[in-house]
Amino acid sequence: MELEKVLERFPKEQTYLIEILLDYQKSKPTQHLTENELKEVANYLDVPESHVFSVVSFYSFFSMEPRGKYIIQYCRDVPCHISDLINVKETLETLLDIKTGETTEDQLFTLEYSSCLGQCDGAPAIRINDKIYRNLTKNKLQMVLAEYRGDHHA
Amino acid sequence: MLEKKLITKHIGVIDPKSIFEYLRLDGYKQAERMFDMSRMDIHDAFETSKLRGRGGAGFPVSIKLMAMAKESTQPKYIICNADEGEPGNFKDRYLMENNPHIIIEGMIIAAYATGASKGYIYIRGEYDKSIDVMKEALQQARQKRFLGENIFNKRFDFDIEIRRGAGSYVCGEEFALLESIEGKAGRTRVKPPFPTSKGLFGKPTLINNVETFATLPTILEIGGEAFAKIGTPSSTGTKLISLSGNVKNKGVFEVPFGVPMRTIINELGGGPLEGRKIKMIQLGGACGPVIPEYMLDMVIDFDRFEEFESKTGAGAIIVMDDRQDIFDVLKRVSDFFQHESCGKCTPCREGNLHMLKTLHKFFEKTATEKDLSLLETQARVIHQTSLCGLGQTAPTAVISSLHYFRFSFLKRIEDRLEEANYAEN
Ligand SMILES: Cc1cc2nc3c(=O)[nH]c(=O)nc-3n(C[C@H](O)[C@H](O)[C@H](O)COP(=O)(O)O)c2cc1C
Ligand code: SF4
Ligand code: FES
Repeated sequence: MELEKVLERFPKEQTYLIEILLDYQKSKPTQHLTENELKEVANYLDVPESHVFSVVSFYSFFSMEPRGKYIIQYCRDVPCHISDLINVKETLETLLDIKTGETTEDQLFTLEYSSCLGQCDGAPAIRINDKIYRNLTKNKLQMVLAEYRGDHHA
Repeated sequence: MLEKKLITKHIGVIDPKSIFEYLRLDGYKQAERMFDMSRMDIHDAFETSKLRGRGGAGFPVSIKLMAMAKESTQPKYIICNADEGEPGNFKDRYLMENNPHIIIEGMIIAAYATGASKGYIYIRGEYDKSIDVMKEALQQARQKRFLGENIFNKRFDFDIEIRRGAGSYVCGEEFALLESIEGKAGRTRVKPPFPTSKGLFGKPTLINNVETFATLPTILEIGGEAFAKIGTPSSTGTKLISLSGNVKNKGVFEVPFGVPMRTIINELGGGPLEGRKIKMIQLGGACGPVIPEYMLDMVIDFDRFEEFESKTGAGAIIVMDDRQDIFDVLKRVSDFFQHESCGKCTPCREGNLHMLKTLHKFFEKTATEKDLSLLETQARVIHQTSLCGLGQTAPTAVISSLHYFRFSFLKRIEDRLEEANYAEN
């Protein structure tokens, strides 16, 4: 989606800054924001560019580096950790052949960690873009990834 | 019956996506009825109910409502805090996904009681489903004219907007949350002034937790006095408990205050896993104390929890069995805070980093007695000198462990010496 189209949907008020950035970033296959885009947003809301940069650097959802089409966030807090019999982090790193923070070569997946996803009753849990997967087993992880890979080739 | 369903009574009975089903069970009736009550009577009901905030701190709700009502500056704002990021807590998500209209009804009641015209629900960005369900519910309420102008055909305007978080735990802290809604980085403000006098956009603002708002319709329904009879004298009503960890049944359970934790774990949670024993629990979430199994007869009660000097009142119980290493747990907890610190003040920004390093030594069995006293100092300094609740409660797990599991710390130091001796021989 073009940035303009996203901007049009919001009043020119600073309170919508995070909403705008979230919506726009989500619409991009690279899931990231560029310097020029931030300038355009700053312009639109009539706030200093430095302000928009400070917001982007504060919130963990925003990235200025290109990322994969699917962002996989695994949780590593206590409720997940103590129910995690497969080591979700390592399983994902092996299955994707990347380390946390990296993107697969085909630009399909980026692996990130997240603080508690609020799914502790279904621990261990991960989030892929806006979907949650709970009670993970190795099998389930493999199936989920295959699904996303298939979706990409289709 | 151990469970007492006041605010979760609709769950499993109605389709959360349909306002009609909520209406069929007398939903929005209290909001409508309230317009025929005097504001004084409404406040009386809340005061006699002795309702305390469900977001963790347990502050009396009626005091904040009254302070807001007295402010003459307009506009006034109502904010529902749905940032729920404390590891181990998921009850607000449960409410939003399964009973969205009771939250909206509660916000309407609070708005009318305080004369606020605009509301926000600040939902953490990770809660995609909650965001969708709440958005849809708001739309339906607007169509019914329960939100918007002249709601319930009365001369009162009130509408609600959703704001999403973007992956920052500290934004659940009320001042950081205000900053975030204003489109800024979520760094806390120095208080006073408090939000009820100078909050969002500098205007009077009432901030309460999801569960707190969801409780307001029940109080009007059964009356403040009847509500105060449920629970304990210092903690009235029911509490949603987020039960997780090494138990058979994890989930959210609504129980009256005053129920022992052991009963919740065994009867609702089905007890520990086959062949396992409970070793400890963490109470409230990452910011709460780690306490040993023998203390499980303690009852759910704000005053009882106060001795831990943390906001353990959000109702999480994380059960850990005999397979778990306390130092591994403490390391994770500390890592969480180190990661989520906003960096505004030094004790929290640097302190958590150092504390994590010391904990790592205990985990790796390389700690000495010096490290033990170092850890004690680090925890105390972070607790006492941090600017906001995040830093102040970050060392709670460590402080409580040093108290209840001191033996484990000493044992680790001994282990190191033994291993060193062994290596020498
Ligand atoms: C670091 C930090 C995070 C917090 N996160 C939340 C939260 O996610 N939800 C919440 O209701 N309160 C949270 N609080 C407490 C709020 O600051 C505030 O006390 C609460 O929203 C008031 O509502 P209540 O009185 O209804 O509990 C947090 C506090 C701190 C210090
Ligand atoms: S205590 Fe931590 S989170 Fe709170 S203001 Fe200081 S650095 Fe930020
Ligand atoms: S600890 Fe992983 S979802 Fe809560």
